[in-house]
Amino acid sequence: MLQVSVYRYNPETDREPSMQELQVDTGGRDLMVLDVLELLKAQDPSLTYRRSCREGVCGSDGVNMNGKNGLACITPLSAIAKNNRLVIRPLPGLPVVRDLVVDMTMFYRQYEKVKPYLINDQPPPAIERLQSPEERARLDGLYECILCACCSTACPSFWWNPDRFIGPSGLLQAYRFLIDSRDTATEERLAELDDPYSVFRCHGIQNCVAVCPKNLNPTQAIGHIRNMLLARGT
Amino acid sequence: MVTAVTNYGRSGLHDWILQRVTALVLLAWVLCVGGILVFSPSLDYATWRGHFAGTPMKIFSMMAIVSIVVHAWIGLWTVGTDYFTERLLGAKGNVIRWIFQATSGLVLFAYLVWGAQILWGN
Repeated sequence: MLQVSVYRYNPETDREPSMQELQVDTGGRDLMVLDVLELLKAQDPSLTYRRSCREGVCGSDGVNMNGKNGLACITPLSAIAKNNRLVIRPLPGLPVVRDLVVDMTMFYRQYEKVKPYLINDQPPPAIERLQSPEERARLDGLYECILCACCSTACPSFWWNPDRFIGPSGLLQAYRFLIDSRDTATEERLAELDDPYSVFRCHGIQNCVAVCPKNLNPTQAIGHIRNMLLARGT
Repeated sequence: MVTAVTNYGRSGLHDWILQRVTALVLLAWVLCVGGILVFSPSLDYATWRGHFAGTPMKIFSMMAIVSIVVHAWIGLWTVGTDYFTERLLGAKGNVIRWIFQATSGLVLFAYLVWGAQILWGN
């Protein structure tokens, strides 16, 4: 039997959050944490969480498992449970809507700030804007982000200043458009980032790298942005 | 772009560079003074004072003091704007931060003047 402790909070009825202790019969199988959540929900249908694709593509079920952020659907118990015990909490730092569901408004607001779309002031070509294979290769390791928020909510700088620091996820996307050969707004994008909060609140502790379920490296992308700012400003 | 007026430099990049350059100056100074401490055959007050009597060492030490002031302001400003904020502490967060920043500024300025006085005073 797996001993599970799960965070419960309904702001409409509960005075404060609490941890609910439950036991789950895994039948000796190495289940994914999402499977465990489904089994928990069978026991207590009021347990609330987000899920959709159940294969690590949609980024809906980001939760904190035994202290580490990740996607419940692609995290096997063998990788996260300790002494047959699992503690599941919502992603830290964001307001809880209910149980494991967090309000991601601030996360999306930061994403919106980096203008995550191509800006090009040149006349559009007849068919499409072409890239060389090398130019396209520069986007690898950046475009794969699924906006699950595991990285940003593992970042203390984002916990303290979620309204000012863009956070690892948003900055990964910022760099994705800064180095896109089809984008012509590099100067404007960099000008928007050169304040003491947006980029420079990153102190390089790499929590984001440690938790990214897609194995991306926001710290490296932030380093590249810093170098671009350095080249532009010196 | 987030507006901030109490940070040290003109921009985030400016603060970032200053923090690194001042760290290098401080490292060089610590190595230099550490070398004096380790390699001086006898280290009495007169010898110690002698090491700081020359103008180059005075300039170097003054540079280290200015570096501490700049480095500490940037670091403390970051600490203050992380933990003493309206978001974390409510309205009193702003007051606590301003008091913290004013005290930091005052102490650092005092160190600057005091350091100059020690180096160039009689």
